Amino acid sequence: MKPGYRAYACVGVGAVTAWGSAAAPAAQPLSRHQVALQLDTGATAWMITATALVLMMTLPGLALFYGGMVRRKNILATMTQQVAISALVTVLWFLVGYSLAFGVGSDALQPWIGGLDAALLNGVRPDTAHNLAKGLPEYLFFAYQLTFAIITPALITGAFAERMKFTGLLLFMTLWHVLVYAPVAHWVWGGGFLGKANVLDFAGGSVVHVNSGVAGLVCALFLGPRRGYGREMMAPNNLVYTTIGAALLLVGWIGFNAGSAGAADSIASVALLNTILAPMAAALTWMAVEWRERGKPTLLGLLTGVVAGLVAITPAAGFVEPKAALIIGAVSGPVCYASAVWLKNRLKYDDSLDAFGVHGVGGLLGALLTGVFATAAVNPSVGEHGVLQQAYGLVVTILWSALATFVILLVCKHTTGLRVTPEQEIEGLDYTLHGEALHE
Amino acid sequence: MKKIEAIIKPFKLDEVKEALQEIGVQGMTVIEAKGYGRQKGHSETYRGAEYVVDFLPKLKIEVVVPDDLASQVVEAITNAARTGKIGDGKIFVSQVQEAIRIRTGETGPSAI
Repeated sequence: MKPGYRAYACVGVGAVTAWGSAAAPAAQPLSRHQVALQLDTGATAWMITATALVLMMTLPGLALFYGGMVRRKNILATMTQQVAISALVTVLWFLVGYSLAFGVGSDALQPWIGGLDAALLNGVRPDTAHNLAKGLPEYLFFAYQLTFAIITPALITGAFAERMKFTGLLLFMTLWHVLVYAPVAHWVWGGGFLGKANVLDFAGGSVVHVNSGVAGLVCALFLGPRRGYGREMMAPNNLVYTTIGAALLLVGWIGFNAGSAGAADSIASVALLNTILAPMAAALTWMAVEWRERGKPTLLGLLTGVVAGLVAITPAAGFVEPKAALIIGAVSGPVCYASAVWLKNRLKYDDSLDAFGVHGVGGLLGALLTGVFATAAVNPSVGEHGVLQQAYGLVVTILWSALATFVILLVCKHTTGLRVTPEQEIEGLDYTLHGEALHE
Repeated sequence: MKKIEAIIKPFKLDEVKEALQEIGVQGMTVIEAKGYGRQKGHSETYRGAEYVVDFLPKLKIEVVVPDDLASQVVEAITNAARTGKIGDGKIFVSQVQEAIRIRTGETGPSAI
């Protein structure tokens, strides 16, 4: 049996055994991350909705957003990546991800990683809740957090669009979920050391965007640019799809940010409002810069501005006043324009769909500005905070994401391989990887 | 019989079609094409990445007519398709060896 398959087989046997032996009777002890559920029906209703919204951000939001931006011969393959990642991460989250991120293992390890106490949803029952969300059934908390675990790696695909092997993708994502996503989520949200150091990240500026953005940059540099980058015609095949995708991202982001309040209350409401104000301000400032630099305001520019603003407000959404959200959004437009357009063209790396330029840099900016604008007047849980704490959280996230992603890429390179052959790249991934094509 | 092939700007199709109908041309074939001549392409910019698109959309019209109608057809197309700006297109006239109506099997000028 090939080495990778042995691991899958062991996990498979373990899963079936655990499933078969799931005991039923009453009054079971609570795991260390759990409390008895104190059902908050308003919060639960909202969070079920928010879960759907965030899932929609990936399927089909990101699929369409990215799909429309690649060349026609790769659109199906690009969408396939989104669906495959969603499926893969769902199973991984069930097997180990949730437990590693939000479980509690040993006290000694808790600052760094959770345990395997909740692997395969062990101990999770209809009457339990995670201590972070006492009013939500734990199944719901699990599901909501799953949608974040799904979209984070899905964002990375933008960096290596149009040249990644499918087998390499699957292995990469499996390793990345366990070694990068789960730990970082644990550090910031799951009771780990960054959360304890008062690093503020309301909805995932670091956990999702800086994390995936930096990983994306490392991937783009490691894999190298697409054949013909800078010379050949690589214009988006259909900006209508990209528009629909961006709109789904915008609406879905309401679930992403307002849902991170975990409740149906004022904090969720200010997060909602901030999630609309910031992207609109960013769209206008991006458009202004582009109009001046390039002579015409573009649709893609407006859409990218919207996304940049959404990314930047993500760590801040439930911590800052609406006027601060407008400022954060307005600043993120030109800053992300500089990183996605100017910096990339200057340094000539092929971060194809600007995973780093928009998500990495936008998340970084947003995280820093969260340190500036967070206020207890909006959210009483805002305690000691500041730009230095935010910078600390960013440095840790960036270093770990970069380092671990690099190691994972090495592993993939020497096992599954990472990059398609030049012939496959020229003919297009739709047909060469998946045997499918668009027909008129 | 003569075949007249005309590359024209797409928005001129209706005018050309009407002009041909006026002189008694019964049918035509229209093909979507792209091309360039002295009219260079244009550039599009996506997030700062500039792409020069050499090819412009064009239409190719083909009609086959009896020899005595050919010069009228050329004149009609020329007048209808001209804008005076670069990229108006070109017309080619060639000899047709044989023509057959599929439904009836007729050949020659009565087939067109």
